[in-house]
Parts: sequence; C-alpha cells; structure tokens
Amino acid sequence: MNIRLVVICVVSALLAFPIIGFALQGLAALNPDTLFFAWDFYAEVMVKGLLQGVMYALVALGFVLIFKASGIFNFAQGAMVLFAALAMVGFMEAGLHWILAFLLAGGIMILVAVLIERVVLRPLVNQPHIILFMATIGIFFVLDGVGQTIWGSNVKAMDIGISQTPVAVFQGNLLPNGILLTPTEIIAAVVGALMVGVLAILFQYTKIGRALRAVADDHQAALSVGIPLKTIWTIVWSVAGLVALVAGVMWGSSLGVQFSLSLIALKALPVLILGGFTSIPGAIVGGLIIGASEQVGEVFVGPLVGGAIQDWFAYMLAMLVLLFRPQGLFGERIIERV
Amino acid sequence: MFYREAGQFKASYAADQAIYPIRQDKVGILILLLLAVVAVPLVAPTYWLNSIFIPFLIFSLAALGLNILTGYCGQLSLGTGGFMACGAFFSFKLTTAFPDVNIVIVFLLAGLGTALVGILFGLPSLRIKGFYLAVATLAAQFFLIWMFNKFDWWTNFSPSGVISAPPRDVIPGVTVTGSSATPEAKYLFLLVLVSLLALVAKNLVRSRTGRSWMAIRDMDIAAEIIGIRPMLAKLTAFAVSSFYIGIAGALWAFTYTGSVEALAFDINRSFEVLFMIIIGGLGSIMGSFMGAAFIVLLPIFLDQLPALLGITMSVELVAHLRFVIFGALIIFFLIVEPHGLARLWQLAKEKLRLWPFPY
Repeated sequence: MNIRLVVICVVSALLAFPIIGFALQGLAALNPDTLFFAWDFYAEVMVKGLLQGVMYALVALGFVLIFKASGIFNFAQGAMVLFAALAMVGFMEAGLHWILAFLLAGGIMILVAVLIERVVLRPLVNQPHIILFMATIGIFFVLDGVGQTIWGSNVKAMDIGISQTPVAVFQGNLLPNGILLTPTEIIAAVVGALMVGVLAILFQYTKIGRALRAVADDHQAALSVGIPLKTIWTIVWSVAGLVALVAGVMWGSSLGVQFSLSLIALKALPVLILGGFTSIPGAIVGGLIIGASEQVGEVFVGPLVGGAIQDWFAYMLAMLVLLFRPQGLFGERIIERV
Repeated sequence: MFYREAGQFKASYAADQAIYPIRQDKVGILILLLLAVVAVPLVAPTYWLNSIFIPFLIFSLAALGLNILTGYCGQLSLGTGGFMACGAFFSFKLTTAFPDVNIVIVFLLAGLGTALVGILFGLPSLRIKGFYLAVATLAAQFFLIWMFNKFDWWTNFSPSGVISAPPRDVIPGVTVTGSSATPEAKYLFLLVLVSLLALVAKNLVRSRTGRSWMAIRDMDIAAEIIGIRPMLAKLTAFAVSSFYIGIAGALWAFTYTGSVEALAFDINRSFEVLFMIIIGGLGSIMGSFMGAAFIVLLPIFLDQLPALLGITMSVELVAHLRFVIFGALIIFFLIVEPHGLARLWQLAKEKLRLWPFPY
C-alpha cells in the first residue's frame, strides 16, 4: 500500500474545493471571517459528505469482496442490501429483538449465498466475465422480486434504538456552533471503520483469507494446490451478504427500508472504480473522496450549473481519475500479456 | 430433407460473399420480408402494431447499435439510455427549428449528433478497459439525462419537461410521426428504415472496419501489433453504435410513445438493451432482432399469464413475480445457452441440414 498516495489523495480532495471556490469568487471578500464562504458551513458539509462516503463504502465493500475472489462484478449487491434489510425488518415486525433479527437475517444471507453459488455460479464456471455479470443482474431481479413478494413494498422504518436527533460535535473556537450529526451517521462511520479492519485481518492473517487471495490470483493454480473453489466462493458470497446486511441496517435506519435501497449500488460504483475493484482500503478511501466531493460539489458548485449534479458528479470525478490511473487509486496494476 | 445446399455451386466471388449464400435462406428471408410488409399491416390488430411490432423494431435498432459496440468491438457500455435520449432530443430540436426538412434527414442528423457525443464519451475507452469502462459509461448515462432534464432549452421551454413529437411527413401525405400518424404508416416506415440500417450494419461488420473491431475485441494488444489502430477502431465503433442508438431513441420518441421525457431513457433502458444483445447473442446482427423480440414479448406474455392460468392475483404481486420470473429466465438462458438465441438458431440449422438422418 502506497501511504504517500493515500495522503496526497485525501489532502488534495479536501483542498480542491476551497481552491476552486476561491478562484470562482475571486478575492471579493478578503475578510478572514467570511473568506469567500463560511468555513464552519464548509466543514459541516465536508463532514456530512465524508460520513455519507462511509455509507457508500459499506456497499462498495461487498462489491470488492466478490470481485477480488472471483472476478465477478456483482451487480446484485444493491439488491442484497435491500433483501437483507427487508429480512431483518420482517423478523423485527414478527416481534423479535433487533439483535436476534440481525442474526436471523445474517443466516438468511448465508443461505442466499449458498443458493447463488449452487444454482447460478456453479453452472456458469469458465464463462466470460460479461456472462457472469449479466447473471448477477438476473440475481438482482430475483432478489428484488422475492424480497418484495414476501415482505411487501411499503417503506418500513428500521428502529434499532439509535436516536435520530442530531447532536453537535467538534464544538470549539474554529466552529462555534459545532457540526450537527445524527447518531446514525456517527455509528455508521465507526462500523465502517471496524468492518474494514476486520476484513483486512480476515484477508491478511487467516487461513481462509490466504485461500481467498490465492483464488483471486489464479483459479487454476488455487485448485491444483487443493483449495476448494466452491467452498471459497460460498464463503465470499456469504461475507458479502453479511456486509450487505450491515449496510442495509445502516442505510435502513437512516432512510427507511424501501425499494430505492437497491439503487444505492449505483452510488457505490464510482466509489468502486475510484478506489479500485480489488482493494478493500480503496473502497473506504474512494468512499470518503466521493462522499466529500459530492456533497461539497453539490452545495458549492451545483448552483452554478443548475443544481442536482449529485447524480453524475461522482461518475465524472471517477472517470477523470481513471484517465490517469486506469486501475483506480489502489487497484492492482493491470498487466496484459499476449 | 428440404434444407440441403447440395447442388448449389458458387460460380463468382459475389455469390461466395453473399449474405445468404444458400438458396433456401434467400427464399426464407424473402418470405419473411413479404410477410412483414404485406401480411402484418393487413392482419395485425392496431394493438399488436402499437405495442409489439413498433417497439420490437425500435429496440432491434438499439440492440443492433449496442451489439456493434459490445458484441463486435468488445467495449461494454451501460450508457445506451443516454444516447437514446440524445437522439430523441436532438431530432426534436432539429425538427422544431427546421419544420420543412424531411424527417428522415432529421433522424440521420440526430444520429450523427449522437455519434459525436458517443465519440466524446468513448474517449476514455482508449485507456480504460472492461468493467472500469462500463462504469465510466454510466457517467454518460447520468450526465446526459441530467442535462436534458435540467435545461428546458432542450424541450423548447415546455413547463412539464415533456417533448411531444410534431406530425411530420416522410413523403407528402404520409405522416409517420406524432399522434395523427396511423400505426400502419408508422410500422411500414420503421420496417423500411430498420431493414436498411440493418443491411448497412451487416455489410459494415463484414468490411475492413468490422474486422478491425473484432480483432480489437478478441485481443487488443495483438490487434495493435498486426497494425490495427486501436484508437480509430474503438472510436469508429463508438460512433457507429451511437449513431444507431441515437436513431433508435429518436424513433422511440417520435413513433412509439409520441411524447417523452428525459427520465424515460433512464438506466433501466440501458439494461433492457443490454439484455437483448446478451440473450440474442453477442456479435450477431440476427441475434439483436431475436433478443429484442424476446425482451419485448416476455413482459407482455408474463402479464397475460395469470389470466391464462385462471389465477387472480393482486396487481402488486404480479409486478413482483414478474421481476422474479424475468430474473430467473435470464439466469436460465445464460446457463443453458450463454451464446444466445442466435447460437441456438445456428445449431438448429446444422441439425436441419442432416434431418431426418442422424449424420
């Protein structure tokens, strides 16, 4: 991991917008208190964006896990988030405590992973990647349909005891009013950081992790040294399912559980290509960069071009980065052989 | 028994290079065209023309365009919806600004405009490959839709953001666009246009250009080494593909729906067209048509299914089950025949050659 690169990326992303804003506004207001815009407002937008970025990263992590281990671009990750959240809310509505519901939903996600491996992946071994990609779009439709058939399509509240009242943090001399954040956002950030740590340890130091990395490197070679490919795939999809469940809980408790949850996958894609398809820390750093620049872009640049640029801003940013680093910031260098 | 090529000799290079070298195929396609031109408009009810044949032809054209890019040149694109919107809005602006220009020329110009946009968004393909490119093309999808939605200059400042196709004649007296056009006129116009464009595409992919696309698809570095310019090949593929998709989008807005807003060309449209070429067959002109037919007919069939089976279900449940069946069918198709319906058709022809003998 290139630490210097991480630092440069984060710092430049943080600095880019004040600089652009400064250039745009000229030196109109040189009064340091209101130096081209209110700094506490900028900090608030920035922090909101960073936390939003962690939420994106939670979804992007699921993509990375599956891509790393099988080279499949799993479009169904968003549907898995929705499905997991629906399952959990379903259990909670049946009167279970949310921890129990969480565990049961986790079990269901593992079951889903086993089914996917059995029914979809195994017959499609050795097919080109685009076919597998299409198959995951098929899974997307099935999961969406099944989830909504069983649990209905109404918006459901997911109440796991986190209050939604904003609290002020970072109060100090620089920011007299602090930054208003909801506990959900803070908890999501903590959970996201924890998850990256756990996954990094899982990948780096455990036997399963070594097997996963071997499979990611070369299916054939992994098979020939006795790594059970099918088991590994089931494990990877289960882990991705559990990551989806966590993402579902976080998104569900801030937005409510509804169909649009399956579309947040589209928000996670720029995060994914920015960070690189194959890097777990990349998902987090990509999420932070995308989340922060998206928010700041929307608030400070958006009004200049008519607003609502959130839809495509992240994609354009990711595309620009790709032009200079085609494998994303932390992705493995793409080496081509003829 | 009847599908034999024995005794049919090719005496010239032209005969050898024919699109349909076997006489039975020639007769077959002629009968098919005759049926499409004569029988369909005479026999088919208006509902069939409006909700099956017209969308089928338009989607075939879009699938053809995407197939050129993805099937022949190997560049995965998820921006189809955005390019369709380009075609629709460009032709709307053109035809409202110059009402006297023939609508066919307007469509072609809109296609050319979309081709330019396609080249612009194809530029990253020179550096980015595979799924990274697919995600990058999503930038085109979201940006274009946002642009058409946000700036009401594109809709001539219509307060609702919806464009309505004005009535236009292709030859004096025959209106083919807008609400006053008869379904038969629209259908025949589409049939001629789509057939001609399909013929052009078929010949294009057999030409030097098409072969360079396929070389890039199969292995870009090797293609570069044998002297194919990747930049030219990739950008022409993006241009030609966007040209077709743009015209399809224009036809969608002008002949199928009549009035359309930018959000009608959202990402689902892109996926729909991608499904068509995967199910029809990547790298096959015929497959684009088969895939389009499949995807257009499937939802209609699924909607009728509960009534046919005599089951009454709530509308919501039907919609959800439709999702499930649609997804399951796609997975099923990919498992059974990953090379699509075109490959099945080819296998059937091989079998037919020997039938009724085992070998």
